[in-house]
Amino acid sequence: MLRINCPFCGLRDHEEFSYEGDASISYPALDNHDEEAWYRAVFLRKNPRGPHLEYWYHSAGCRMWLKVERDTLTHEIGSVVPAHSGYAKQVAKRKAK
Amino acid sequence: MTGFRLQKGGLIDRNKPVTFTFDGREIDGFEGDVATSALLADGARIVGRGFKYHRPRGIMSAGAEEGGALFSAQDGNARVANVKGPLVEVHEGLALFGQNGFPSVTFDLMAINSLFNPFLSAGFYYKTFMGPFANTRFWMFCERFIRKAAGMGTASQEPDPDCYDVAHGFCDMLVVGAGHSGLIAAVKAAEAGKSVWLVEQDFKAGGWYLSSGDEEKLSWVQAMVNRFLAAGGHLKLRTTAFGLYDGCVAGLIERCTDHLAQKPEKSPREVFHILRAKSILLASGATERSIAFGDNDRPGIMNASAVQTYINRYAVAPGKRIIFAGTHDGIYENAIAAARAGLHVTILDSRKQVDEALLSLCAHHDIDHITSAVPVRAIGRSSLSAIEYGIKTGQEVTVSGQRIACDVLGVSGGFSANIQLISHRGVKPLWDDAALCFLSGETDEPITLCGGADGVFEESEIEASALDGVERLLTKRKSARVPVVKGWHNRCDRVFEVKIANRKLKSFIDPQHDVTTADIRQAKQEGFISVEHMKRYTTLGMATDQGRNGNVLGIATMAEARNIAIAEVGVTTFRPPFMPVSIGALAGRSRGHHWQALRRTPMHEAHLAQGAPMTDAGPWHRAWYYPQKGETITQAYIRETARTRQTVGIVDVSTLGKIAVQGPDAAVFLNRVYCNGFAKLPIGKARYGIMLRDDGIVLDDGTSWRLAEDDFFMTTTTAQAGEVMRFLEELRQTRWPDLKVHLTSVTDQWGAIAIAGPQSRELLQTIIPDEDVSDDAFGFMAVMQTTIQMDGTDVAIRAARISFSGERAYEVYIEASYAKALWERLVSLLPEFDGVCYGMEALGALRIEKGHVTGAELDGRVTLEDAGFGAMASSKKDFIGNILRKRPHLRDHDMRQQLVGIAPLETGETFNAGAILCEEGKLSGFGEGWISAVTYSPALGKWIGLGFVKGGAKNWEGVSLIAADPVNGRNTKVTLTSPHMFDPKGGRMHG
Repeated sequence: MLRINCPFCGLRDHEEFSYEGDASISYPALDNHDEEAWYRAVFLRKNPRGPHLEYWYHSAGCRMWLKVERDTLTHEIGSVVPAHSGYAKQVAKRKAK
Repeated sequence: MTGFRLQKGGLIDRNKPVTFTFDGREIDGFEGDVATSALLADGARIVGRGFKYHRPRGIMSAGAEEGGALFSAQDGNARVANVKGPLVEVHEGLALFGQNGFPSVTFDLMAINSLFNPFLSAGFYYKTFMGPFANTRFWMFCERFIRKAAGMGTASQEPDPDCYDVAHGFCDMLVVGAGHSGLIAAVKAAEAGKSVWLVEQDFKAGGWYLSSGDEEKLSWVQAMVNRFLAAGGHLKLRTTAFGLYDGCVAGLIERCTDHLAQKPEKSPREVFHILRAKSILLASGATERSIAFGDNDRPGIMNASAVQTYINRYAVAPGKRIIFAGTHDGIYENAIAAARAGLHVTILDSRKQVDEALLSLCAHHDIDHITSAVPVRAIGRSSLSAIEYGIKTGQEVTVSGQRIACDVLGVSGGFSANIQLISHRGVKPLWDDAALCFLSGETDEPITLCGGADGVFEESEIEASALDGVERLLTKRKSARVPVVKGWHNRCDRVFEVKIANRKLKSFIDPQHDVTTADIRQAKQEGFISVEHMKRYTTLGMATDQGRNGNVLGIATMAEARNIAIAEVGVTTFRPPFMPVSIGALAGRSRGHHWQALRRTPMHEAHLAQGAPMTDAGPWHRAWYYPQKGETITQAYIRETARTRQTVGIVDVSTLGKIAVQGPDAAVFLNRVYCNGFAKLPIGKARYGIMLRDDGIVLDDGTSWRLAEDDFFMTTTTAQAGEVMRFLEELRQTRWPDLKVHLTSVTDQWGAIAIAGPQSRELLQTIIPDEDVSDDAFGFMAVMQTTIQMDGTDVAIRAARISFSGERAYEVYIEASYAKALWERLVSLLPEFDGVCYGMEALGALRIEKGHVTGAELDGRVTLEDAGFGAMASSKKDFIGNILRKRPHLRDHDMRQQLVGIAPLETGETFNAGAILCEEGKLSGFGEGWISAVTYSPALGKWIGLGFVKGGAKNWEGVSLIAADPVNGRNTKVTLTSPHMFDPKGGRMHG
């Protein structure tokens, strides 16, 4: 039973979220026509033991995509930030106040 | 017939007699009794039969570790198998049944199994059915008989008739176990201002003190409970913590009504509490362990402490002549309790040296005492009559035929700390030589143990252990624990098994699964030496007690056989649940039609009032058809379909997903998402679009309407609405954060009605008389935003000329709260046009005639080309999925299955969706394709379908295929056509 501290909604049970996979993957730009690059981004995943940066989508909450640090061994949750870079800056700014 | 009720004492209410039944016989007890205490008082000896050998079994304990008194219970509505007798509170109306005995536990024909003993040893199943009989039908032949012979109680075949609940709780500290240490800890934490949950499996707080027979201790328990409650503590009796999970979450089962004669109406039988604690203290105590010796499963042999519990707590003497055989100081308290009850008591202590004080206590209570003595074999077949004992010198035991007559033997080889819960957190148990059991290692989580659960068995050490446990949690101190004596002050002797040279003894270590020490040695001999292999090969610890009785003895036997230390053998992993949990409790109220949330359209009530049956569409209920008097579903949908094509029909399409896509970059966003162009869609126009997934497979189709420069209204299919929203948010938030665009789900904000048919424009005009709906002003794919008068209010509507039916058609969207009124207004206008309402069945017929796809076709395996949309993909822009859709195997159109229309060779023949399309004479394997949807087409006068076939229809011109339906035993010859079976040029839709 994980709980994720959504930057927009507060501490919520993981049942409100859906797991969305590795957040360290960067997808090619749309105008990148390299099939190999797309193939890697879409299909290839590591299965790390230990710290993992992953996306969680607050599907039954604010619909925000979050970047969550989770330890795949202990299930411990580290930092939780908005996946959207603009929102992440805003949240960080508000926290600093 | 040796047990009897004592004249005084006990925590039973003698003014409240209770009668229940055991195998149909009435048994008298008192309030405060459990099933086993009442049965003992009634003189019962055999209450069950062994799992494999069907040997007679008696009551073996007074707790959750019970291995003999396992019953099936019929209580209220509930029928439960494998309930543990010592945990069943007796009450009127309770009916218990012995298990595994045929015809009954006292006379069991299956006991003949014990003669076949050698064949039923460890690995029986593997050897018999994987050896010479492998790959034969022998196992199937035998299974019926073996399952009947080797089984526990049978589960009910009926749905669980009771109701259950799931509750969520939060607290600072959870204390598991309200015994001596748990009470001290809980009071300490509660009085420090913490919110504390104290849960206790028993129906009374007090733990071992309930068996003390000591008024002072009993009033101490009551005082502590009062203090705990006064400090705001939350005490839950009849509640088992069955699992610990990530983030300090505990799963608790509270049994609410099992103990009641009158079950309150609608009260849940059990409540599953999901408790989120900030810290957890396990004061779960310890479980007494037996010793393996010959025939140690005979009725009359039980845990030493159980004898004391039955005497002091329930005022029942299990017998008249009692022997206590043990290895530590703990059995002296048990023996004294028996002596005080006036029973004849003998102690066999395996130790050579015994504390002088204990010996003088024995003398004082007239207890016979033999040192260096261990039980060797139990005498008496269906009931214990004597014990043969031997003299232990070092590790050797010698016998000279000494016997002592007895009717009860209380055995104790020590205690095992109840560390199961912390093991659920992945904390490895460590063998402790002082406590002579496995204890928990340390964890970084705020969870710790105290008291018996931490191997502290000496009463005088309990308080220090409990206070230290609380303090470590409150101060988050990780440092070493305060020094507390583990085990007893005087060391416990190491006796796990009594063996005599050259003598075969049947020594049980797991009475529930009938595993003996010989089975363990056999497992070792055959190479199953790892603790995990040993467990699976012998089934040790796999019964309902999950190894509470036998694990340590089995591990010790293996350690001895391998000549290594117990710590080196290790333990198997404890996993939840700690006690059996009703599946119904985990489900709570989420069953039947509450299994998932139900979504209703805003016109739902109107459809019901019209008499429309509902059909499931994901979480939605949708109107299926609108039967006129006496109509079948087939008659109804054929009428609705035909009439819609003749005049006009209306249908509720509110379930379509609706997303507001807004912002300066909304057009750019949609242009990237859809495979076809959206950048230049004019304001006031709608466009049909298809979006792909990253891997190039079709995700969804729908229309998007441009309401303003920066304002689009997207519709999705009903089935994919959630997934489209999720994917669009992923793209917006994680990949294109630079785009100024916002997405809002507005599915529930808009009700939607499609008006279709040749007269649809006239019907639309009737409800918006002031708008120009001519084809010049409101042509194909045009969008209109206006208002409509409802109850004297101007209500916003938006409409577009869009067709799913293939007819001239309009989709009208209205604020959800007015949708029902608009539907009713349209229904009232229908007679004027000789129109109809149509449901899902007719909607399907209309779209199949036209070859329009839905989720049945766009099933996540289909490319644009497969669905016949190859030409839609733009070559002038980049869009999601454009690169990977060009992978070679996705473009192998001759090999891939493509969308086709299907018709029977003989008009009048029919076929089913799901049928496999095979070549004639090749009715096997996966065939050449399959059928996704089927309907009767009134327009074409025959049954038609859609499906996918290798290479598409052009590949099979002039050839007929077989629609093979082995499930229904029907094969139909079919021909393939274009999917656009009706009005292929679209004249009706565009005209």
